[in-house]
Amino acid sequence: MAEVLKRSGVTIRLGARGWAGLFRLLGLFGLAFLIFAVVLLVFGKNPVKAYVDFFSSTVGSAYGLSEILVKMIPLVLTALAVAVPSRIWLINVGGEGQLYVGALFATWGALTFGTLPIGILLTLIAALGFLGGGLWALISGILRARGWVSETISTLLMNYVAILLVNFFVFGPWKDLESANYPQTAQFVDAATLPAIGGTRVHAGFVFPLAALILFYFVLSRTRWGLEMRAIGGNPEAARRNGIPIDRYIVLLMFIGGGLAGLAGMSEVSAIQGRLRPSLSPGYGFIGFLISWMAGGNPLGILGAALLLATVTAGGDILQMTHGLPGSVVNILNALILFVVLARQGRKGGARC
Amino acid sequence: MLGSFLEGLLSGSILAGTPLLYATLGEVMDERAGIVNLGLEGVMLMGAVAGFTTTVRTGNAVAGVFAAALAGALFNLIFGFLVISRQANQLASGLALMFCGVGLSALVGASSIGSRIKGLDEIAIPLLSDLPLVGPILFRYDILVYLAIPISILVWWTLFYTRWGLSLRAVGENPIAAFAAGKNPYRLQYQALFIAGILGGIAGAHLSLALAKTWAEWMTAGRGFVAVALVIFSKWHPLRAIAGALLFGGAISLQLQMQARGVPVSPFLLDMLPYLLSLAVLAIWGGARRHSAPGSLGRVFRGTE
Repeated sequence: MAEVLKRSGVTIRLGARGWAGLFRLLGLFGLAFLIFAVVLLVFGKNPVKAYVDFFSSTVGSAYGLSEILVKMIPLVLTALAVAVPSRIWLINVGGEGQLYVGALFATWGALTFGTLPIGILLTLIAALGFLGGGLWALISGILRARGWVSETISTLLMNYVAILLVNFFVFGPWKDLESANYPQTAQFVDAATLPAIGGTRVHAGFVFPLAALILFYFVLSRTRWGLEMRAIGGNPEAARRNGIPIDRYIVLLMFIGGGLAGLAGMSEVSAIQGRLRPSLSPGYGFIGFLISWMAGGNPLGILGAALLLATVTAGGDILQMTHGLPGSVVNILNALILFVVLARQGRKGGARC
Repeated sequence: MLGSFLEGLLSGSILAGTPLLYATLGEVMDERAGIVNLGLEGVMLMGAVAGFTTTVRTGNAVAGVFAAALAGALFNLIFGFLVISRQANQLASGLALMFCGVGLSALVGASSIGSRIKGLDEIAIPLLSDLPLVGPILFRYDILVYLAIPISILVWWTLFYTRWGLSLRAVGENPIAAFAAGKNPYRLQYQALFIAGILGGIAGAHLSLALAKTWAEWMTAGRGFVAVALVIFSKWHPLRAIAGALLFGGAISLQLQMQARGVPVSPFLLDMLPYLLSLAVLAIWGGARRHSAPGSLGRVFRGTE
């Protein structure tokens, strides 16, 4: 496990010991699923039937697999929103709010510039989404750089402000009068909709997380910025004395992280919802934090952990629809997976996060 | 008009501030032991749902409060197992605990959605509650409101004037030194987390049994996180937490009063008040903060090898 989930470097190796670690990891996940089965049993649900539905409707069918990919798009982005600032030990717990503000900015673009041709409009609202999420996180970055408020607590609180802000627009000025009592904006025009790929729900937005992951890896391992970030992460005082502008890095990395979460919000409104709704995200921002933490900021680890938690999230939809369980029950399974990983990882290695 | 507005505002601040105060006291307890608990939100939710379902079943809201305290304490021990016994990362464990609480409380509460309860009885203190002006503002509440300040004082006294409290704060400042002085950091931290869980559970119970008198998924709406901010605001001191909780209760109450009076401002914008106030207050307080935080807050004690 140490090989796969190594935090310090960005090297990706999977040697013989790595495989053994991978199997141990799978065993841990099995344990989490087992505990969840017990929880279901206690509450009078049939866990066997629930798991049959859970797996057959996710990994067991082409549609299910495409649903997992659909959920991975925002999850990889919100995980990177945490992973990027975490390179210099910044803790961004505000992915959820940054996602909402990104969606808000993108919606503004889509509603205002609906007459532009598709290529230009999509680029524009993607940029707006990035900008929205970025600016939202920038506030926390500045507060932190000035030494006023720790970014952990400010990003946490800003989540709620962001969600309320979206509610304000959706219930108020932007409410679509034709949808009667539904609080939502008007439907996006086709030119503002990320095209779907081959009749599935997987949409062109998948290039965002892919490009972001590759860039993340490249910048970290091949550029001066990556080196300086590692220096700050390793010893901030030494880095400061060597003339590395730490404050600028704090603000910039928060902006980029927030921007990536904002991009997730843009792709959700543009491709999945087709309009802005208050129930935009089932906690993608928070799950992204857990993914990034599990992966230790490692690009390949992020992909793997996102795959796992996307499967759980997609399976949760099924449990809600066919077993009459509340939608948030799947959070228990997410938490259990984290619990077993945390309980196992804790005793090894140095400080994390 | 203005009089009744003020009266509503003040009594509303006290009511809305009470769960915040219990939660803040819980978090003070956690953090004095050197542990940041972002899972308080989940603990409150478990308290809220345990209190509500127990009250629905038994018809006794006091039994509900006890159930909530127990549920909160046990739930917080899961967190304790991770961060104390397994030495896991506190922030990630806390968030995972919050998730677990959101899901588990939804599952437990699913069958109680829409149930009605009488909730905690309002106890009007004889004579005092009939006083003009101050009577209705100060002396007509449920039992948890009356107990809030005595419990704050109790927590303060325990932390600062008992041997146990001294040992606990020593662990929060420097576990290695406390260990060398013959204390058992692990046991003290578990005890602190248990008490913090009780307080967090009661905070949730006050929400569901006295304020809302109903159960809704994620009804805490971030109050657990506001409490974490309040701890910084009150500089890890149980008595300053009273002032902080009243201030933030005031922000919640102001928003309710303005809505009730049809002030033409979107309720969503008014709802932002407590969160924005938290940020503003923290930003102003920022400079002094690092001098009062427990020394080893957030760090993992790995023994003394």
